[in-house]
Amino acid sequence: MSGGVDSAVAAARAHDAGHDVTGVHLALARNPQTYRTGARGCCTLEDSRDARRAADVIGIPFYVWDMADQFHENVVDDFVAEYAAGRTPNPCLRCNEKIKFAAVLDRAVALGFDAVVTGHHARLGADGLLRRSVDLPKDQSYVLAVLTRAQLDRAVFPLGDSTKAQVREEAAARGLAVADKPDSHDICFIADGDTKGFLERKLGSAPGDIVDSRTGEKLGTHNGAYAYTIGQRKGLDLRVPAPDGRPRYVLSITPKTNTVTVGAREELSVDTVTASRVIWHDSATPVECEVQLRAHGEVVPASVTVADDALTARLHETARGVAAGQAIVAYRRDPAGDIVLGSATITAGVASADLQTSGGAARA
Amino acid sequence: MAYLDHAATTPMLEEALEAYVSASRSVGNPSSLHAAGRCARRLVEESRERIAAALAARPSEVVFTSGGTESDNLATKGIFWSQRATSLNRTRVIASAVEHHAVLDAVDWLNTHEGAAVSLLPVDDHGRVDPAELAELIDRYKDEIAVISVQWANNEIGTVQPIAELARLAAEAGIPFHTDAVQAVGQIPVDFAASGAAALTVTGHKLGGPVGVGALLLGRDVACTPLLHGGGQERDVRSGTLDTAGVAAFAVAVESAVKSQQESATRVGALRDELVNRVRAVVPDAILNGDPADRLPGNAHFSFPGCEGDALLLLLDAQGISCSTGSACSAGVAQPSHVLIAMGADDDRARSSLRFTLGHTSTVEDVDALLAALPGAVERARRATAWKTPR
Repeated sequence: MSGGVDSAVAAARAHDAGHDVTGVHLALARNPQTYRTGARGCCTLEDSRDARRAADVIGIPFYVWDMADQFHENVVDDFVAEYAAGRTPNPCLRCNEKIKFAAVLDRAVALGFDAVVTGHHARLGADGLLRRSVDLPKDQSYVLAVLTRAQLDRAVFPLGDSTKAQVREEAAARGLAVADKPDSHDICFIADGDTKGFLERKLGSAPGDIVDSRTGEKLGTHNGAYAYTIGQRKGLDLRVPAPDGRPRYVLSITPKTNTVTVGAREELSVDTVTASRVIWHDSATPVECEVQLRAHGEVVPASVTVADDALTARLHETARGVAAGQAIVAYRRDPAGDIVLGSATITAGVASADLQTSGGAARA
Repeated sequence: MAYLDHAATTPMLEEALEAYVSASRSVGNPSSLHAAGRCARRLVEESRERIAAALAARPSEVVFTSGGTESDNLATKGIFWSQRATSLNRTRVIASAVEHHAVLDAVDWLNTHEGAAVSLLPVDDHGRVDPAELAELIDRYKDEIAVISVQWANNEIGTVQPIAELARLAAEAGIPFHTDAVQAVGQIPVDFAASGAAALTVTGHKLGGPVGVGALLLGRDVACTPLLHGGGQERDVRSGTLDTAGVAAFAVAVESAVKSQQESATRVGALRDELVNRVRAVVPDAILNGDPADRLPGNAHFSFPGCEGDALLLLLDAQGISCSTGSACSAGVAQPSHVLIAMGADDDRARSSLRFTLGHTSTVEDVDALLAALPGAVERARRATAWKTPR
């Protein structure tokens, strides 16, 4: 119970369903004071109190579990290391994989509990299939797709059939004070929302070159490649304009040479995505499906092949700004909610020879 | 439900509750000059006399406060400020390493905000202060020491400190000695005059009185700068309208707890011994923390190797048994106890500890309930310790 409205209503619904429910708030900051000033972080003392009050109203026991060390090792350190390696991590996904449905679940099961209930917006029904929430803009199946079959078997998501608005209404009707508490959007361990500043403090300044993708010409310098993401256009601060006067985008980050490569928008386009660390629930591949390449991103129709812990997606439409480190999640369209087929960590977005030719033609 | 957390707070005595309700029905500010005020004042002063008589203090030495935390803060900070005002050299504070946070954090504040030098008295593996250590510190820092604070008995492990000896050393050197006797009053004999202490903290809700009222027994000749400024109601050392009903109930509770102390200690002590023996029988590797003999009669404090204290607490709570990890919480997260760490326990032993405290309502059925639930809880908690291993 984060102290937000979703987990409060999820707990209430699980309790109503007749389960023996215990509320658990995770203390994730090594020093609770660290995140105290920012009301935006998800592990402040205020949030802990809100969660406790919700548990009181529902009528369930409530405890705070100290997961600071596990969170730091598996989520925060991983987040920093991924950026240092030129990738773009998703810490919420990692937290689900390593904390909520690993460290917390393992401890809970050992203590005699059967499952972990969370307020994630996703559906997980009797058929065991993970599906998108009915509230598509709030759907969180993308950050849950990393869960294995064993983890899903001990997960309960009571909110998947409700919209966020319905959850808020229900919270108000239940007398939960968090009913109108604002959503948290930021990364919980970066209380001020300044990811770039956070990475700078963790990784230090590491000046390097910004180069042109075609000519290899040095266009400018940067203070740390980790501050850039694939597809980024703003904040490049390049003195030399492109010859055609068009905006330039970050195409790739090469940690080895500490280089940020920039180029034209169409050079961002890829039609093939490779990925590793595959979680695959479904049957045989190749399979025709839809893939999502970032949180709240568009879906792209694709043909997905899984072999030897590697996933390859041939996209039927090009995608832009595909960043290594993000998850690729495959969905099968379904009237009862699109079904998660599997997930993997993107290693590269590639433009096939065909695309390069057609892209060249377009430019010509 | 088995309530085994009397050191956290104990149920109000029936007679204290009656005194509270009865006093609450009357109007009157004890500082008012009219009849209603005089009536309230009379009740406050009678209460003061009852408390003074029960604890061997003079009535004028009873300063009512909001409870233990305020009394500890007032004693440590107030005496420090007054001592420093008499001599700029007197800027050192001595406290035991196992004090309650109300003393430790106040002392820490004096260090960071008032430039106080702090010496913490170490304890042995039973949590006991060695008077020789204090003698040595006094010898070394004699003219620098503003105040010494050592609790009468420890709130976590129940160890009773050699207060008379420590207070005598302080008195011989002319240094004010404060003792936090919150856990001691009602459990063991406490005699303020005989103790030789300059100041003593006592609170209502640990002995059958209400929460939110307590006192600092403050020797008549001990200078103490106030924390709270205002009407100067209490000897100009403490301001704030007196809580007539709270004070009346507090006095009844103190008197009653002190009167029945010996009988209660015998009964509760025997029950505690039974609890300890039966816990050891079902969990043979459980370690009893604290002084085996010189401890509070209601206190049993164990480390259960291989368990997390907070996991055990959750499992016992689910079985209707209330106990405590005994240590301070920060955002609800149990920190490893500074008391156990000071006794030389490692982090794991400190985190594996659980406190059971008995009081005036405890019965053998409470112990039975604990023993019925404990073996299963320990077994589960041990399995749950594996969660710590990172994947």
